Amino acid sequence: MKLPAIVHKYSSPKNFYTMSGKMVPWFAWGFGLTLVFGLYYGFFIAPTDYQQGESYRIMFVHVPAAWMSMFIYMVMAVSGAVGLIWRIKTADLMASASAPIGAAFTFIALVTGSLWGKPMWGTYWVWDARLTSELILLFLYLGFIALQASIEDPRNAARAGAILAIVGVVNIPIIHYSVEWWSTLHQGATVSKMDKPSIHIDMLIPLLVMAVSFKLYYATSVLMRARGEILLREQNSRWVKEIVENEGKALVGGAK
Amino acid sequence: MIPSTSSAFIALIKRDLMLSYRHRNELLNPLLFFVIVVTLFPLGTSPEKQLLQTMAPGVIWVAALLAAMLSLDSLFKSDYEDGTLEQMMLSHHSNAVLVLAKIISHWLVTGVPIILMAPLLGLFMFMPIEGIKTLMLTLLLGTPILSLVGAIGMGLTLGLNRGGMLLSLLVLPLYIPVLIFSANAVDASLAGMDIKGQLYFLGALLVLSITLAPIATATALKISVE
Amino acid sequence: MSASEFFNMGGYAFYVWSSYGIATVLLAWVFISPIFSKKNIIKELRIKYRQQERQQQDRADSEQA
Repeated sequence: MKLPAIVHKYSSPKNFYTMSGKMVPWFAWGFGLTLVFGLYYGFFIAPTDYQQGESYRIMFVHVPAAWMSMFIYMVMAVSGAVGLIWRIKTADLMASASAPIGAAFTFIALVTGSLWGKPMWGTYWVWDARLTSELILLFLYLGFIALQASIEDPRNAARAGAILAIVGVVNIPIIHYSVEWWSTLHQGATVSKMDKPSIHIDMLIPLLVMAVSFKLYYATSVLMRARGEILLREQNSRWVKEIVENEGKALVGGAK
Repeated sequence: MIPSTSSAFIALIKRDLMLSYRHRNELLNPLLFFVIVVTLFPLGTSPEKQLLQTMAPGVIWVAALLAAMLSLDSLFKSDYEDGTLEQMMLSHHSNAVLVLAKIISHWLVTGVPIILMAPLLGLFMFMPIEGIKTLMLTLLLGTPILSLVGAIGMGLTLGLNRGGMLLSLLVLPLYIPVLIFSANAVDASLAGMDIKGQLYFLGALLVLSITLAPIATATALKISVE
Repeated sequence: MSASEFFNMGGYAFYVWSSYGIATVLLAWVFISPIFSKKNIIKELRIKYRQQERQQQDRADSEQA
């Protein structure tokens, strides 16, 4: 299946670099504003939970982090697949740039969940389906990063990583539906696309705002990482040389 | 006369089996490892019957999993090193089909011995007959999955220097669902509960792996062989 | 919520603040490290380009001579 030529033209490294350069400041500001709003709302407007007291506020970082861990993995797998099938370099870059961010969110989800679990349910850890499959997700991210790090040629590293990411996609539905398939210690879903959520509106708003905030964080971060990597990989091309000259002068602060 | 893919498939299985037979001492290693690991548990924890019975399904399955991982080395390594693998990939036959042939013969000489050894180890761990039957059933469904999924990992790490460590990291997350469902099935059957659900899931994983793993492995091998 | 209530988090201070603390540290690090590495990349590429120019110059000079 061939892609229209326009896709290849717009996803060229140079166009990607230019476009992402314009988008990063917007994403960064968006992240900052939503973060401040979300945290303020979450700590000062959301009421105290009648069962869990103040500890439930961990939710505002735990749940969005868990959502991001799965979202980023899907982006990684899809862009890996795109790079594998249509040989688009920027897709490969998106996949490898996403991995450390996704791993960080997965780790945060596990740790914050553990810290929430201890006061609430008396245990830091339990081997139920959701926690175990989230842990497996962390291993998948780390395996992806390790695999790409051990292959020298970037093209081959991208292809190998893409295969691994695609194979691991099977884990995502397991994490997501685990709370429905097995009765576990972990809380069931309270936010679904169809029904009215079973959560207080003043708790729902900061939760959703934090989710958006983390997405903007991811957008900013992944583009920053990808841009650095593009400069390295395209270093022999003229447009990179021009950019290095311009930005290099600014860094050193004057003529050399 | 150009040989058909199905005759190439069968020829490849025959060839791999013959090569394995010539190196049959090496086949013993994963099997011995399997036995040793299971034996270490009563020695390292307690020889008390109750405890061992409770641990048995998980311990035997973990040992089988580790033995399967160890045995992956024999899957592509020697063919990769003497260039045969490259020749196979250059042939006009579909790479995925050839890979499936290699995986099948690999399973025949590594997975099947594990299945046959399991009852003895079940007895070591004081498992009742009912449990041993379920154990063998889960191994029958599970060990091919271990070979198939392990092949993907092997394909990805074939050309790398310290591929062994990376292989474990890559393959273990994918093995864990097999472990969980199999051990769970054996536990459930010991408690007298229905195990159809777990067996269906294992069957589904098996079918999924048989169809997709050869393709993923062939793609990975193409990268590694370059 | 008063300031002391905020810090105390109803007795759950350790759990809540450790969670947010770890998340902040990790996310900040993941955010900042590409900024620094891009600066390094540009610096190193500048040096590399200078070296390449010099090598080309040397080669051109020695061909003329």
